[in-house]
Amino acid sequence: MNASSDLFTVFAGIFGLLAVFSLIGAGLKWRISPGAPHGVIDNLNARIKAWWAMIALIGAAIWLGKGGVIALFAFISFQCLREFISLTHTRIGDHRALLWSFFVFLPAQYILIGIDWYGLFSILIPVYAFLLLPISASLGADTTRFLERAAKVQWGLMICVYCLSHVPALLTLDIDGYAGRNMLLIVFLVLTVQSSDVFQYVWGKLIGKRKVSPAISPSKTVEGLVGGVLTSTAVGAALWWITPFTVLEAALIALVINVMGFFGGFVLSAIKRDRGVKDWGSMIEGHGGMLDRVDSISFSAPIFFHIVRYWWVA
Amino acid sequence: MSLDRLLGSLLCGFARLLTGVRALWLGCEPAPRTRVYFANHRSHGDFVLIWASLPPALRRRTRPVAGADYWLTTPLRRFLIERVFNGVCIDRRPERHGPNPVEQMGTALAAGESLILFPEGTRNMGEGLLPFKSGLHHLARAHPEAELVPVWIENLGRVMPKGSLIPVPLLCTLSFGPPLVPVEGESRDAFLTRARAALLDLAPPTD
Repeated sequence: MNASSDLFTVFAGIFGLLAVFSLIGAGLKWRISPGAPHGVIDNLNARIKAWWAMIALIGAAIWLGKGGVIALFAFISFQCLREFISLTHTRIGDHRALLWSFFVFLPAQYILIGIDWYGLFSILIPVYAFLLLPISASLGADTTRFLERAAKVQWGLMICVYCLSHVPALLTLDIDGYAGRNMLLIVFLVLTVQSSDVFQYVWGKLIGKRKVSPAISPSKTVEGLVGGVLTSTAVGAALWWITPFTVLEAALIALVINVMGFFGGFVLSAIKRDRGVKDWGSMIEGHGGMLDRVDSISFSAPIFFHIVRYWWVA
Repeated sequence: MSLDRLLGSLLCGFARLLTGVRALWLGCEPAPRTRVYFANHRSHGDFVLIWASLPPALRRRTRPVAGADYWLTTPLRRFLIERVFNGVCIDRRPERHGPNPVEQMGTALAAGESLILFPEGTRNMGEGLLPFKSGLHHLARAHPEAELVPVWIENLGRVMPKGSLIPVPLLCTLSFGPPLVPVEGESRDAFLTRARAALLDLAPPTD
């Protein structure tokens, strides 16, 4: 089968599932609290509605091709970095470093994917931004909490730009016998990791009892974590036919990226907790901010990229 | 729609796009009452952001109080503050000869308009809040009918700090607190301290 008919099948499947979820959501609303507000159900329905929009957006980007996917993730990075820096304490002396982050390093990182320059793509932020941004901040001549501020800006760039840019970078990998199908790797990654988030939420709501760590996240439970990761590992295995992997390989890789994804959400929850907020922003109804939605992808994308690059790229 | 109004809407739209501003009405609702919105002051864009967060109908009856020594010095600034933002320009110098600022502001309140006031008196380049000037107290005494609403503006000072030409596209939040409750026989200093504390209450925790 060729790539576009596989993509068509997958997206038809997702939209079919969303339709089923929307019906279930409407049914729950009608059975349990018709006409009256109900915290959990209304939030569930808002999330499902937002999923329609997000899947449609990803579908449109994929339909546009490499440029569309790069542009979509550049925008996601931009919005995440905005949310991250907005909640992080920086000072006036950091202004120039922030300008460099938003207007030079972020676009450059995505342009490097577009022109397929892997060498610079992989070190632009960990090496060049890492050295140049503190230089720029030091010219601001403000030493108050200097190391902390430099670390925060660098961390924001790593999480929001460097890590996330590994999703569209999957398009640059040359895999034997898989030419022209790389878009499906993105679908595999995003679908597996995001379904893990959804299933953790569902299992947690259904049978969740023991909290993983009440100090960091009041909503994450052991039952949700195990059920969610295992279910979406099964989802990943079931998607083996769109990947260059065997069923077993697909399952193992799905397990790794799901566990990474879980800890992505966990680590960013710790930061939110420290800042005294629940969500990074308010952009996506029912989900919070953009960074709330992609924290798991940010942690899993580079690992997934390098697993594929190490074992599958000739 | 007149050119001035169109320009005002465009500037508001631009400010919202740049800052993704989110208004949190924590202590009151946007209502057509006579109000003095008093806020922390870090940037010349502060009042534009408050203005942009109000519903258009309220916006037209809400006037920023602006320093004449800055806003009346070039034709463009004068046009913006007088025609577009319909500001109340006051002379902040103690040795002024013109009208009394408190009377100017009072005239607007008496006409049923609301005001946006920065009681620190100047832009604050540091952290936290400067001590308040006494104008807010005089206004409160002369116009007990006006509600005094504290508004904390978060992040705008970081979007475009003094002296920088390019803004960083951070997200700004405006927190509208509960109106100050009048206290009988309160001294000027006690009132100003209380008003300042009410505004600081809306600030996010510092680290």
